Amino acid sequence: MKQDILNALLAARAAKRPVATVTHLDSGAQALVFRDGDSDGDTSGEIGELTLDDAAMASARRAIADDKSTRIDSDGGPLFIQVSNPPKRMIIVGAVHIAQPLVEIAKTAGYALTIVDPRGAFATRDRFPVVELSEDWPDDALKALNIDTRTAVVTLTHDPKLDDPALHVALRSEAFYIGSLGSKKTHAGRVERLTADGYSEAEIARIHAPIGLYIGGKSPAEIAISIMAQVTEVLHKV
Amino acid sequence: MTDNSQVQAPTTPDHDDVLERAAQWRAEGRDVAIATVVSTWGSSPRPVGSQLAVDGDSNMIGSVSGGCIEGAVIHEAKEIMADGKPRMLEFGVADEMAWEVGLACGGRIEVYVERLD
Repeated sequence: MKQDILNALLAARAAKRPVATVTHLDSGAQALVFRDGDSDGDTSGEIGELTLDDAAMASARRAIADDKSTRIDSDGGPLFIQVSNPPKRMIIVGAVHIAQPLVEIAKTAGYALTIVDPRGAFATRDRFPVVELSEDWPDDALKALNIDTRTAVVTLTHDPKLDDPALHVALRSEAFYIGSLGSKKTHAGRVERLTADGYSEAEIARIHAPIGLYIGGKSPAEIAISIMAQVTEVLHKV
Repeated sequence: MTDNSQVQAPTTPDHDDVLERAAQWRAEGRDVAIATVVSTWGSSPRPVGSQLAVDGDSNMIGSVSGGCIEGAVIHEAKEIMADGKPRMLEFGVADEMAWEVGLACGGRIEVYVERLD
């Protein structure tokens, strides 16, 4: 691997740009393929010494979209497509105690974290030193975050004033996971309110509640583990 | 009051660290090779795309298996650092009687190893 390719790859990752490194497995020649063309607006979106035909470019872009590195046989020989997508994201609504261990566990699992809590005393730097914090109202915050298919949304406040606006946005998004903390009774009330607000049974069924896999967890850290386990389970469609 | 416990900020996940560390090692003038899992058959411990970076002193970061074949990959990486020719390594089921390097899980994988120029 040439150092200029590696540097361009690291720059793309720092800029959170989806990119694939394509390696010709016989010659070792490489190219970077960007999902949306390269930074100069060149639609070929390719840099490096390896020249790819249209079919190979299409395969690279498909691999990026599928988030799956793969080996293919092209007309020019065997290619390996190494996908580098930005980290998956977890948006946590409610900077509560459980959010603290959940942030640590989700980071270890490779997620980029955002915590949303308009209550000034909760979402403090002191409690959450390194994650992105938003003090906007949850619906505004979630709209601004452009939830996509690589995003998980977790609501932890128990407070309908905060959880419901977040769910309104999440339920109309492509989020791969939506989960809400609260007992069965709390959730029954939530279902009633969302139904009254015009959400269908199928939409509401996307909410995992009570949140987390049942492992009998009691402490905030144990509950965070059960949440992370469920997010992982849904991600891999087990 | 002194707090002896080390408080560390959460770090970037492993899979993001590998190439960054490789670039850093290279910038320091070390020899570096990068190994990537390009194909797997059957059960294999790490998915396609998993990476391991190794330097000339056998320092490593990341992984291409559960630890079964890293030693063999590092051994090959030394030669690749020397001659600059990328190579495809293939590992299958371990034959315990022959003390061969292999995967205990019974899978088979191909690992592409290249020098960072």
